[in-house]
Amino acid sequence: MAYCGRDLLALPPEARAREGVFLAFQYPVEIPGVNNVYLMKASLNAIRKHRGEPELDAVEFLKLVKERVRLVQMDDSFLGRAVNEGFSGGEKKRNEIFQMAVLEPRLAILDETDSGLDIDALKIVASGVNHLRGPDRAIVLITHYQRLLDYIVPDVVHVLSGGRIVRSGDRELARTLEQRGYDWLKEVAAA
Amino acid sequence: MNQPAVLTGNFVDEFERVAKNLPGGGEFAGRRAAIERFRALGLPTLRQEAWKYTNVTPLARRAFRAATREDAATAAATLAARLPEYAQGIRLVFENGQWREDLSHRGDLPAGVSLRVLFDVLRDAPSEAARMAAGEANPFQALNDAFYTDGVLVTLAPGAQVEPPIHLVFLASGGTEALAIHPRVLIRAGSGARARIVETYHGTNETATLTNAVTEISAGEGAHIEHYLVQDESAGAFHVGHLYIEQARASSVTSHAIALGGLLARRDIEVRLAAEQAGVILNGLYLTAGRQHVDHHTRIDHLAPRTASDEFYRGVLNGSSRAVFNGRVLVHPKAFKTDARQSNHNLLLSGDAEVDTKPELEIYADDVKCSHGATVGQLDADALFYLRSRGLDETAARGLLTYAFAADVIGRIGIESLRRELIRRVVGRLPGGELVRGML
Repeated sequence: MAYCGRDLLALPPEARAREGVFLAFQYPVEIPGVNNVYLMKASLNAIRKHRGEPELDAVEFLKLVKERVRLVQMDDSFLGRAVNEGFSGGEKKRNEIFQMAVLEPRLAILDETDSGLDIDALKIVASGVNHLRGPDRAIVLITHYQRLLDYIVPDVVHVLSGGRIVRSGDRELARTLEQRGYDWLKEVAAA
Repeated sequence: MNQPAVLTGNFVDEFERVAKNLPGGGEFAGRRAAIERFRALGLPTLRQEAWKYTNVTPLARRAFRAATREDAATAAATLAARLPEYAQGIRLVFENGQWREDLSHRGDLPAGVSLRVLFDVLRDAPSEAARMAAGEANPFQALNDAFYTDGVLVTLAPGAQVEPPIHLVFLASGGTEALAIHPRVLIRAGSGARARIVETYHGTNETATLTNAVTEISAGEGAHIEHYLVQDESAGAFHVGHLYIEQARASSVTSHAIALGGLLARRDIEVRLAAEQAGVILNGLYLTAGRQHVDHHTRIDHLAPRTASDEFYRGVLNGSSRAVFNGRVLVHPKAFKTDARQSNHNLLLSGDAEVDTKPELEIYADDVKCSHGATVGQLDADALFYLRSRGLDETAARGLLTYAFAADVIGRIGIESLRRELIRRVVGRLPGGELVRGML
């Protein structure tokens, strides 16, 4: 699995992060006692150091996180809480998108970011992701449902089955899939 | 079978040597009865259930000299430099168990609050210096009864409240010989009284000392006492401490026991919830490394209906250190609607470290709510992966998670200056601490 000319799977998780890969977890881990904003500071500085950039000072850093936390419509108190501790399902997902917004990855893999979200939280998460779309960033969105794709309109859709891409297309492929079900694809594949 | 000989070390001989110089002399205040009790009991051995994992027999192989007022002669400036930063305001300082007036200040105590040095109490009103829970079969308490010369008597009249924390600082500066120090702290709180008391035990150099401390708290009806114990003695120190808490109706006591130092430390905490609605919270943290051995034994007696206890102990062990936690809760027949919770979680950072944890629940009443949980484990693999996926290297991720585990106890400390200092100390003690400091 090549990423920017490097074997991604050969890298330990921290090296992947420092090379610009961000993984938004389906089930973000609760870490009592570790403050959200401290983690982001340590994380961002580790990545910047790797890139040969100077660490952000406290003022710059605070300005950045306060700006980015707005993207997921959370107030500043969110920053001072322990990482995901006691967060609702929606808050955990919003926290993942907030982290992504702070770390500005080149490649973001969002693993079922829509699971367990009510419609309001889904809209917030989608709007956060849409803000982060850009020519310098690839986003891989993993989902089982069309619903998320109504809010985050994909450029390309790949259908994965048994660990392999069995079909690729544009946004219409996801719509067809939603109408006809996965069995349709299996029949097409078998024919 | 032959009964093994009772081990008494040199304590009995030492008593005879110093008895006439002890406040009140050797016959005074049951001292001789106490040393006889010790002679009969001897030092605990591994054969006794309560001492199964903690071997104190090395104490018998050393000759400890009882510390006297001559052992409190370190220059004030030298000693002042070793005082913890948080011990500001009201504080009484002791060197090798002897009061250092020059480093103490009692400040302006509010009405109804009295803070007396036990040396004076022993001279003026000796009966007030006696323990409530005298006479039981504990050889270390017997030694304290026999040898104690100094300490503190805090008396709070009904309704008396003191806002700033009262700091009691016991510095063990040691000497050319191994010293035995037997401090005593008595806290008597009348109904509705409120106070926060911080007992700190620090070592200032590496000579061997034995600190054998006794603390008693009696909380009157509706009294509210927060008690802090910080044990940060030197690497060669033996520390044995007994905290006894007796609570009247609707009183609340919170105890925080933080054990960082010493070669061998044993802490017993005994709580008697003697009347309805009395509640106690016991928080504890021990950090051990190298060859340290730290043992906490707690016992809570629910003697009356609607009493509550909540115990929360955590340990972080490194090197080939060893920790023992034994939490006993007794719900007596009349104590219906008791609410007792207990947890003890341990983190092993090294394959050579060892923990023995044992909850003991004995319930003789109906309609009670009791829970306990004990774990011994390593850092959570999912949490480690999560932090590493955010760019933290493994050492930093481990350091941060270990810190967070310990900080869960420290976070409960209500005195900010103390909390900040302990965070600093804990971070300094943990692997990856330097990296963690940068994150905080």
